[in-house]
Amino acid sequence: MLLIKFLVAAIGASTPLLFGTLGEICSEKVGHLNLGVEGMMSIGACAGFMVGMQSDSFLLALLCAFAAGVMSALIYAVLTVTFLADQNVSGLTLTIFGVGLANFIGIYMLERTEDGTLKLGEGITQAIRAVHIPGLSDLPVVGELLFSYSPFVYLGIVAAIAVSLFLSRTKAGLNVQAIGHNPAAADAAGINVTFWKYTMILLGGGICGVGGAYCSMIINSGVWISDNVGGLGWISVALVIFAKWRPVYAIWGAFIFGALRVLKYYVPNTVVSLPTAFYDMLPFAMTALILVISSIRKKRDRNLPGNLGVNYFREER
Amino acid sequence: MIRVVKTKEKSSRQMMLIRLGAFVLALCAGGLFVLALGYNPLEIYGTILSGAFRSEMAIQSTIKFMIPLLIAALGVTLSFKMKFWNIGGEGQIIMGAVFASYFALYHANWPFPVLFVAMLLGGIVGGGLWALIPAFFKTRFGTNETLFTLMLNYIALYLVSWLQEGPWRDPNANGFPKIPSFAPDTTLPKVLGVQMGWIIALILTAVLFVYLKYTKHGYEIAVVGQSKATAIYAGMRVDRIVMRTMFLSGAVAGICGMVQVTGSDKTLTTGVAGGVGFTAIIIAWLAQLNPLGSLVIAFLFAVLEKGASVVQSEFGLAIDCADVLQGVILFFVLGCEFFIRYRFVIDGAAPKKGGKTDAAH
Amino acid sequence: MNQYAIECRQVTKTFGTVVANDGIDLNVRYGEILALLGENGSGKTTLMNMLSGVYHPDKGKILVDGKEVSIRSPEDAMALGIGMIYQHFKLVDVFTAMDNIALGTPGGRLPVKALREKVREIGQSVGLEIDPDQYVYDMSVSEKQTVEILKVLYRGQRILILDEPTAVLTPQETEKLFAILRKMREQGCAVIIITHKLGEVMEISDRVSILRKGKYVGTVVTAETNEKELTERMVGRPVSLAIQRDEPQDPQVILKAIDLTIRKPDGSVAIDDLSFEVRTGEILGIAGIAGSGQKELCEALAGLCPAQKGAVLYHKENLIGKSPREIFQLGVHLGFVPEDRLGMGLVASMGMVGNMMLKTYDQTKGPFIDKKPARAQAEQLVEQLRIVTPSVDTPVRMMSGGNVQKVLLGREIASDPQVLITAYPVRGLDINSSYTVYDLLGEQKKKGVAILYIGEDLDVLLELCDRILVLCHGQATGVVDARTTTKDEIALLMTGGGKGAQA
Repeated sequence: MLLIKFLVAAIGASTPLLFGTLGEICSEKVGHLNLGVEGMMSIGACAGFMVGMQSDSFLLALLCAFAAGVMSALIYAVLTVTFLADQNVSGLTLTIFGVGLANFIGIYMLERTEDGTLKLGEGITQAIRAVHIPGLSDLPVVGELLFSYSPFVYLGIVAAIAVSLFLSRTKAGLNVQAIGHNPAAADAAGINVTFWKYTMILLGGGICGVGGAYCSMIINSGVWISDNVGGLGWISVALVIFAKWRPVYAIWGAFIFGALRVLKYYVPNTVVSLPTAFYDMLPFAMTALILVISSIRKKRDRNLPGNLGVNYFREER
Repeated sequence: MIRVVKTKEKSSRQMMLIRLGAFVLALCAGGLFVLALGYNPLEIYGTILSGAFRSEMAIQSTIKFMIPLLIAALGVTLSFKMKFWNIGGEGQIIMGAVFASYFALYHANWPFPVLFVAMLLGGIVGGGLWALIPAFFKTRFGTNETLFTLMLNYIALYLVSWLQEGPWRDPNANGFPKIPSFAPDTTLPKVLGVQMGWIIALILTAVLFVYLKYTKHGYEIAVVGQSKATAIYAGMRVDRIVMRTMFLSGAVAGICGMVQVTGSDKTLTTGVAGGVGFTAIIIAWLAQLNPLGSLVIAFLFAVLEKGASVVQSEFGLAIDCADVLQGVILFFVLGCEFFIRYRFVIDGAAPKKGGKTDAAH
Repeated sequence: MNQYAIECRQVTKTFGTVVANDGIDLNVRYGEILALLGENGSGKTTLMNMLSGVYHPDKGKILVDGKEVSIRSPEDAMALGIGMIYQHFKLVDVFTAMDNIALGTPGGRLPVKALREKVREIGQSVGLEIDPDQYVYDMSVSEKQTVEILKVLYRGQRILILDEPTAVLTPQETEKLFAILRKMREQGCAVIIITHKLGEVMEISDRVSILRKGKYVGTVVTAETNEKELTERMVGRPVSLAIQRDEPQDPQVILKAIDLTIRKPDGSVAIDDLSFEVRTGEILGIAGIAGSGQKELCEALAGLCPAQKGAVLYHKENLIGKSPREIFQLGVHLGFVPEDRLGMGLVASMGMVGNMMLKTYDQTKGPFIDKKPARAQAEQLVEQLRIVTPSVDTPVRMMSGGNVQKVLLGREIASDPQVLITAYPVRGLDINSSYTVYDLLGEQKKKGVAILYIGEDLDVLLELCDRILVLCHGQATGVVDARTTTKDEIALLMTGGGKGAQA
């Protein structure tokens, strides 16, 4: 039973990572390494939470989180696609800006409450906590393992599959991949490079925003705290490498890291007793390890956008 | 239809003006945001300025804000000049602080000059080693340094929280996990009312300015940063240069941690770096990776942060607005760089449908 | 047939202060192959980039099928039926041939089977064999070119522009390409081929348009002209190459490569069991199709990349496995002018001063750099080689190609080398700058320097060098005496055919 509880918790904990990774994959597929995931998630977290609190509508919160993610990605897209600014610095700045903005607005709202806390209403909390499908959710084990999650979980998996199908099965998806590998070739083939770069970066931002909404609305049981994304955006950026730029692999990657995040609650003290700081460190240490291992293996991955991190200017040369 | 074309390189005066324009625009954008929140932007900006300078104590406090920003920016400058994307300043600051704290906590009985040197070396070694790890893997295997240095930030952070909970826990804190405060005679003395870290920061600025501009090492860093192939062609040992420079970059960040922990915080907490490692990147970039520029920008940012803290207490606007404004400034400056190298032109011909004429044979 | 497929009228394009195209007139009909002839820097590529939507003309008109058009993007060009094949292929490495061919075409994604069939069919119509499922990264250069041509045909484009298509091909592959182009002409396509190789112009084209220094010189019917006339119009004065070549004085073996084998970073063999001698006072030319191992050979000689096997002997000392610094300490003064001037030979963002000390900055004592000698040297070079630059501190990336090469070659010569390795030293330079380079090399040869000249233009190799080593797939197919050999002999050796006489 502990194992099932653990798996269920791990899947929950993996969800924001899945959104973040998926969003970053969208952006990296057109060759833009966006280090602003943490910031975009924070802005999405803030928008989703605040709208959710005011409106008590899950759908509205979700849409606003998405829109906020899109808007924040727009800053990055304008800077790197149109103004050809350095991708690393632009993304990093977006993170500092986004986290700062979310915290700022959070405190601004807090100052204007009576009891000094920001908490989601009952209705929306019910809506986001767990789905209940009569019959299915009540099944023993299977019900808990498959049909007991927050709608975010299902949304994430559906999004991952959708992005995957888009990239691998559609003509537009192929065009997008061509842009990531060789924008000059795509341009010469008549693909609208700028349009697709914007589209994918903004879409990625929106997906990150939704992931942020999970962080603010669910992780802390519907209570607003500062820094609620807490580095998950950064792990997401690294997870893209782990997932080898494949949206479906992102599901497994996110799951593993989700499991690491909740491990500390499920390892009985009687078996191993490690300091909590060690468990908190684990996902980050693991990510570092993966970075090293994947660089040692050095295998050229066909899914790695060959032109990642380099801006495209048609008249260069 | 608007097209982008390259322009002639502009004079440094024109570049300065463009950047200044971007800065002003950023302040305007920030002002609009403040306005949207229902405050008078002029009042807020005024409060920031007066908050930073209104009294001797305020100025001292501003300088205190500036110390870690400046030192950390110098550290970042070293690695960024080499195009090594070290965003692990946070972790390197923390590790420098951890190493320095060890001496402050467990060798408080040493004579202060000896202790000071030990803490300084501790900071250098702690930060330097922490930066050497990603440099080693980068040179050996080509491991992505951006993400690696970042992960090391979190690892360092949780190392401190482990020290707090376990080995270095203050037994007199009623079970609250914290590290004891340092004994008064282990902390950095004040000079002119501010902890002496500002002297260290100024010395480092001068040293790094000379180091980057006039030494062989500085030349090597510039060449490696421009093109690895050229560096190899010139007979430089690139791996060694990368490792050495990263050690120095981390060491400077480590000094930042040491100064912060022994001069300002006087105990080690998880908040010792507190985002300084990231802000430093903005500063270094805005300063065009010039140490003297960093001095100016770090001061500006310190004014902003000190001022923001006053705004927080007077208007209830969170101090995070400093982060937001810093981000906005860099957004605008990043954007304006474009206008230094390129320009938009509007095509002479009126936009006809001509381009879409079907290819008739 | 009176209507032109493409007609340019007084097209002008400037970059900053440089007029790349100045009032160009150009036209081509369907069912015709037009050669666009001009030296490096005469504006051929700029003109073609305007036709394909990369640049937009400042002045002038472009007419397609008799209608004035404005080509604002490659997409527009494509819609007008203009297909461009660039010198650097625009292919996605990790895609298959057919995915590349169908890339960016309107409409939905064809089922794989149908697409494969269609690609095969189109290929056959012009006599092209291709495996639609092959990945581009597995392809040879000429196969990649085939894909590019199929891309144009697949879209049904009837105006084809090729930018120096034969530069990377073997003579046999060139023949094949020309056969395809002729077939396309028969089918009523308009073809523009950009080149500076006169032989090819005479062989393939119906008419020739000539550009010189960005200006339109004129158009002639190929059948009514000859190579000599074309050269004169292209260069603007009667020329024979006439490179001053002295007899080598007392050549001594200074470097001896024995069984050298070098692998590329990806593991493939770049240089295969190569042995040769480099002699003082002599220019050893290295001929070969691009990518036959020239780059790796130079870098191994200069100590920049390791060899898997074999040795390069300087007297009795093996240079392989030694770093550039160690080689220098042995007393071997190597000068190296690499192919990638701004990416390897120079620091693009630094001025001449910073670049002068690139290899010598470490020779002084103490931790500080001494810029004085470098500045003096820079100023001396500016004067000697008439380098045009606002100041010796202006970043070299802002200088013109010819001046950049003078800086690089000048620095290498100033280091008093015993051996001077030059990789494509005149690539991208105009005739005058090229002659400066030949003269400088000739001077060095007279001083007894051993020179290695990697070149692509066989005429130059024949007139400049003393001996020519011919490479094919990293192997030496012959060492010939440049004074007695012929172009045909070298061309044959370059493709691995025939056996060279040992000179």
